[in-house]
Amino acid sequence: MKPKALLVSLLGWLVALVWILPFMGVLMTAIRPLDELLNGWWNFATFRPTINNFAGAWNHPTAALSKGMLNSLIVAVPATLLPLFLATMAGYGLSRYRFKLRTPLLALVIIALALPQQTIAVPIFQMMNALNLVDTYLGLIIVHTAWGIPWIAFFMRNFFTTIPKAMEEAARIDGASDITIFFRVVLPLAMPAIGSAFALQFTWVWSDFFLALILIYSPDKLLATQRIPLMRGVYHVDWGLLSSAAILVMIVPIVVYLVLQRYYIRGMVGWSLK
Amino acid sequence: MRTKAKYVAFFVVPAFALVAIFVVYPVARTVVLSFLDSDGKFVGLQNYIRVLLSREILNLEGLSRGFPLGALVHNLLWIAIHLPLTLALGLVLAVLLRNVRGGAVIKSIIFLGMVMPMIVGGVMINFIFDRNLGIFNAFLKIFGIPAKSWTAYPDSALLALIFGSVWLWVGFSTVLYSAGLETIPKDLYEAAQLDGASALKIFTKITIPMLRPITIVVVTMTLLWELKVFDIVYVATMGGPGGASNVLALQMYTYAFRAMDFNRSAVVAVLLTMSTLLVSLPLLRTLRDDRT
Repeated sequence: MKPKALLVSLLGWLVALVWILPFMGVLMTAIRPLDELLNGWWNFATFRPTINNFAGAWNHPTAALSKGMLNSLIVAVPATLLPLFLATMAGYGLSRYRFKLRTPLLALVIIALALPQQTIAVPIFQMMNALNLVDTYLGLIIVHTAWGIPWIAFFMRNFFTTIPKAMEEAARIDGASDITIFFRVVLPLAMPAIGSAFALQFTWVWSDFFLALILIYSPDKLLATQRIPLMRGVYHVDWGLLSSAAILVMIVPIVVYLVLQRYYIRGMVGWSLK
Repeated sequence: MRTKAKYVAFFVVPAFALVAIFVVYPVARTVVLSFLDSDGKFVGLQNYIRVLLSREILNLEGLSRGFPLGALVHNLLWIAIHLPLTLALGLVLAVLLRNVRGGAVIKSIIFLGMVMPMIVGGVMINFIFDRNLGIFNAFLKIFGIPAKSWTAYPDSALLALIFGSVWLWVGFSTVLYSAGLETIPKDLYEAAQLDGASALKIFTKITIPMLRPITIVVVTMTLLWELKVFDIVYVATMGGPGGASNVLALQMYTYAFRAMDFNRSAVVAVLLTMSTLLVSLPLLRTLRDDRT
């Protein structure tokens, strides 16, 4: 290797080290007893790993993550599948039919992408209150579904405009209706794009904090992300506990990312780049 | 013709009915609320004036006395620091990591910051700047600078959050620029090298101009993120101490769900929305080329 190439590689790995250090830090803080952390988690004079912190976060008396992660899953699965299904259909409709409202709907989709959740917060709270859906997962799932539809519809529509229509035309000549064509011909072709949308929507719903914050308040119904702020003590931060909780909550999206990495990145790049 | 209408209805209506009820209507309602008082009477721009004159939003005294400067200024500061840093770092890393063995692995590591929930991201930022356990202090110790929890002091809380969020967000610009670099034809570089152009010249005359479409997307997405930032601040500092790291999204929440003032919170939400819409105009413009 030439010295210059070596230097570039060294620099690259140095950057990686800087980026991974905080992760190493929370991991070490989570698995090491308090007395070993007094001189810094990077000090390895003694090393007696323990799972006490993880057990503490998992079975926390007021904010148990076991319950929180289960709750998050109960919300995230329907709040991913439902908008995925509806928005894939909408994206297909926007890409295949020319109708008067098409361009306004596309504009609406892009505007919705830009909206902060704060803009819908108060009316959503009032509507859910009127529907008796405050502090229920159904209410939260509905809002996540409506909130996820625009970006998924946009993403899927961009995907559908790139795939050739030849197979659809062939099926149409064979007498298939547009609905049959969509389910039999188009959906199987769209699976990679649906995979990308799934990975991102699931991650975002799992990671959501704000919508849950305004809609869910019963202690035993709180989602995983809502339990994180409750984990730290009032007078001092219990870093062992908080680090364990942070790892448990982030491990789910990270596993989704690692397993579906190809789809994830393609989704990230694809929905940003037309 | 009628069958087409039937299919359009079948594919498009269910999704957009939900969007209309649970996104469009609430936005309109928020705009209306921003012009009403708590009894529902129309008061014109009075709420806007009250909000813009309040110290939480704009604290001009802070300009001479230090933080807090008001949520609006804090968001602008976030943009002024975070945007150029993430853009430059992302571009440099994308170019650099192309020539590094294991560059893909390094990119995945950097991207982890984007993957984790931002509520965890806020905890991580607290951790990085913690007095006892934070690596930032461990690093400063080498230069003999005394350790402190940087997120706990008014002078440094906001800056710590901003720099911490650079660590979280650089993965996005790196991955997008990496994807963009793949689209630049190799013969452009070869031709330039044959003509004896320097590496710097190739970078500024070929790489940067060719990446312009990506830059627009990265800038837009990053600006949106900076304007909407909430979770990080909520968990790391709750906008404190004394409002020193407050941001607009958090102030909206405080007005609405702590002070129960739905009208002032609506004003903040509208101001925030107008900023994000302004930012996404370039994306809207791409629709115009799409009327084929």
